[in-house]
Amino acid sequence: MISFIVKRILQSLLVMLAVALIAFALFQFVGDPINNMVGQDTSLLDREKLRQDLGLNDPIFIQFFRFVGNALRGEFGFSYVHRLPVSQLIGERFSATIELSFVSAVIALVVGVPMGIYTAINRRGLLSRSFMTLSLIGVSLPTFLIGILLILVFGVSFRWLPAFGRGEVVNIGWWSTGFLTASGLKALILPSITLALFQMTLIMRLVRAEMLEVMRADFIKFGRARGLNNRSLYFRHALKNTLIPVITITGLQLGSIIAFAIITESVFQWPGMGLLFIQAIGDADIPIMAAYLVLIALIFVLINLIVDILYVRIDPRLRTSTSGSGGQ
Amino acid sequence: MSLLSIKNLKVEFPTRHGNFVAAENVDLEIEAGEILGIVGESGAGKSTIGNAIIGLLERPGRMAEGEIKLHGNRIDQLDEEMMRALRGNSIGMIFQDPLTSLNPVETIEAQLVETIMLHLKMDEAQAQKHAVEQLRQVDIPDPEIRIKQYPHQFSGGMRQRVVIALALCADPDFIIADEPTTALDVSVQAQILELMKGLCKKRNAGMILITHDMGVIAETADRVAVMYNGHIVEIGETAQILGAPNHEYTKSLISAVPRPDKRTDRFPLVTYIEAAEETADLVDLSTHWLGRSRDFGTSDSDMLNLKKLHMKFITRHAFFERNRLYLDAVKDVSFSIKSGEVFGLVGESGSGKSTIARMITGIYQPTGGEIHFAGTDLTQLKTANDVAPYRRQMQMVFQDPFSSLNGRMRVKDIVAEPIKFHRLAETNSECDEIVFDLLNVVGLGDKAAIKYPHEFSGGQRQRISIARALATRPRFLVCDEPTSALDVSIQAQILNLLKDLQEELNLTILFISHDLPVIRQMCDRVGVMRHGQLLEISKTEDLFENPSHEYTRELLSLMPRFEFASH
Repeated sequence: MISFIVKRILQSLLVMLAVALIAFALFQFVGDPINNMVGQDTSLLDREKLRQDLGLNDPIFIQFFRFVGNALRGEFGFSYVHRLPVSQLIGERFSATIELSFVSAVIALVVGVPMGIYTAINRRGLLSRSFMTLSLIGVSLPTFLIGILLILVFGVSFRWLPAFGRGEVVNIGWWSTGFLTASGLKALILPSITLALFQMTLIMRLVRAEMLEVMRADFIKFGRARGLNNRSLYFRHALKNTLIPVITITGLQLGSIIAFAIITESVFQWPGMGLLFIQAIGDADIPIMAAYLVLIALIFVLINLIVDILYVRIDPRLRTSTSGSGGQ
Repeated sequence: MSLLSIKNLKVEFPTRHGNFVAAENVDLEIEAGEILGIVGESGAGKSTIGNAIIGLLERPGRMAEGEIKLHGNRIDQLDEEMMRALRGNSIGMIFQDPLTSLNPVETIEAQLVETIMLHLKMDEAQAQKHAVEQLRQVDIPDPEIRIKQYPHQFSGGMRQRVVIALALCADPDFIIADEPTTALDVSVQAQILELMKGLCKKRNAGMILITHDMGVIAETADRVAVMYNGHIVEIGETAQILGAPNHEYTKSLISAVPRPDKRTDRFPLVTYIEAAEETADLVDLSTHWLGRSRDFGTSDSDMLNLKKLHMKFITRHAFFERNRLYLDAVKDVSFSIKSGEVFGLVGESGSGKSTIARMITGIYQPTGGEIHFAGTDLTQLKTANDVAPYRRQMQMVFQDPFSSLNGRMRVKDIVAEPIKFHRLAETNSECDEIVFDLLNVVGLGDKAAIKYPHEFSGGQRQRISIARALATRPRFLVCDEPTSALDVSIQAQILNLLKDLQEELNLTILFISHDLPVIRQMCDRVGVMRHGQLLEISKTEDLFENPSHEYTRELLSLMPRFEFASH
């Protein structure tokens, strides 16, 4: 178990190093950083001096190690546009994105998993069929359209919910939260539903497919032949076996909720990292892009690590490779 | 009053093309303490009867007519809730595959305790005690320790014991066993049958034993019902049915079972079942492409010579060498096969026989030793180009006819693929001709060419596999359990086909099987394997008449046999 985790962590480190290399390459290939920093009327001499001061004349690999070293301390330099440290800019917006993603993930799981189970058990029921039809809409409509429609209905027509922004936030240390104020909570509803809808339908369909597969397994049939009731068959024997593959996909989906909150944040003018990133692309603000890239990769790698560990926790077949197969 | 009685049972499956009748006019009586065998080939409706009794017919199947009585009370009309109370409590059912019958993510204890608490009014502590007791009764050693383990920590035979413990933990008085030993090795099979027999007698329970295996019936059942096409064609005492069957079907079925006691030239065909498609002798093999240009030369030397062949698999990966665990699947095995010989390899699962086949055909790279094929050491050849000519001369027929054919390819393309890969035909039309001839040789006919594998039965698919193997004009064929997934009547056809081809094309065959009677009928010499080691090699007749190794004697004694009074 421990060697398994250590191996996974080493692999994760390798992935992070590769991502750092790509992020670093951004600086080399997307325009000249000096040009991006200084005005038109800076003399060549000054430019050269700045270049020297910033260490841009050093050999590439020394620059790369410096970049990795800084990144480890959370420093990604100054934004070209905002003239502020990137770490500070991202720090301010990090909590907004995480809260939005967290709420979306909870919605997707809490609604998606039971719906998946329900549609698998009552395959031919009217409600199941309507769930399946609705889920088609969830999968096929683009996120921005859903967002705009929700704004139109609940924000503009009925004026029940705010159409943009985070509402009032409370600062706890560097973390700003919208959970503690009424307006903050209200502001969360529309964007989190928008963000959750796609993942929810995906999880629902996945759980349904896996559950149907497991329900055909011999041990379910044998369970029936032993007189076990449906509740035990569905929720004890089938569900746990269903979860094994579902966890993998769901874990990755949670990662992409955070990473691709961009569209939702743009539609709702949510002051999160995604919005910052979109603006950074527009302005060719490379330090922010690089930092965002590394941060998202880190989140993905962490989630993957957790998924792998969960996997071993749930499936005893993976756990006991060390204790061997006794009594063969 | 009998324990269970079935009268005039009819089970049908509604389909788009009308009702498919799976079983009809079935009348059975089972007394307490009695074992009734139901025997028949796949599709005969044996399992349908078991499923109908316990009320678990696969949808959309339903009981159209008849009645089922347990202790004189009708149970076929009970509602779902009452039926569920009977399952496990009064009727226990044991399934075929012990590897998939248990929930893989729960301990044995959790599964036992749940079932016990459901049927017997016990609290958890009592149920745990009872569970250990159940495991003890099915002869699982150290039940207190083993009960905390998960299914994957048990071997196949041990798992089937757990399945039996689970099915019997609430002490049902009627048991349905659906092919309970089909997935197990003979030695384990004998133990499990013995156990089930003992439990039946001890608890005075009645049992229906559903199987395709005449040997199992002979060893276990008191009475036998023979099923064919949804009907019981004959029922009676085991000795009478197996010794002096009345019905034509029973006679031909019994005659198709390979005889363990004597070698016969060909297998009798079960003509009753289907107009056995014999090899259409449209092709004169001696002049045909298949037989022609077999310019291998006729040497008396060894076709294949294995020297100290060794294979180890890593079973636990670790960073440090000393923490790794290896399994020696094949340990320094040496033997040789002469040109034109059929060499049998026999052994239980895990003995390494398939691993040897895979090393010879290059699927696995051996960790040590030499494979001399027609005088060339294949392990010394490095590039794919060097190996290709030798690969062409050896082909393999696999066990499972369902997964060994690509379901998305037409039969024509499946058979043509090796021809095209080895560039054996000049033109496409020549290739097509060869394919048609091959399909005729294996008795399928031209029409098979444009169909897909799913349109064929298991036996027909195995014929396709053989046609594909012959497509490169090999001189050496590796058959890895080619008939163990097939019914006996089909097995007889396939084995006859292999024999014919072997004689006409002078093939050398490595024939791998766990089935001793089949080995006796097919092979010239036999090697016996256990735990990766070759224990004994001898001429087939010598092996069966005077086995020299103790393990061989044990295997032979475990071989299920039944008396032939009929011929």
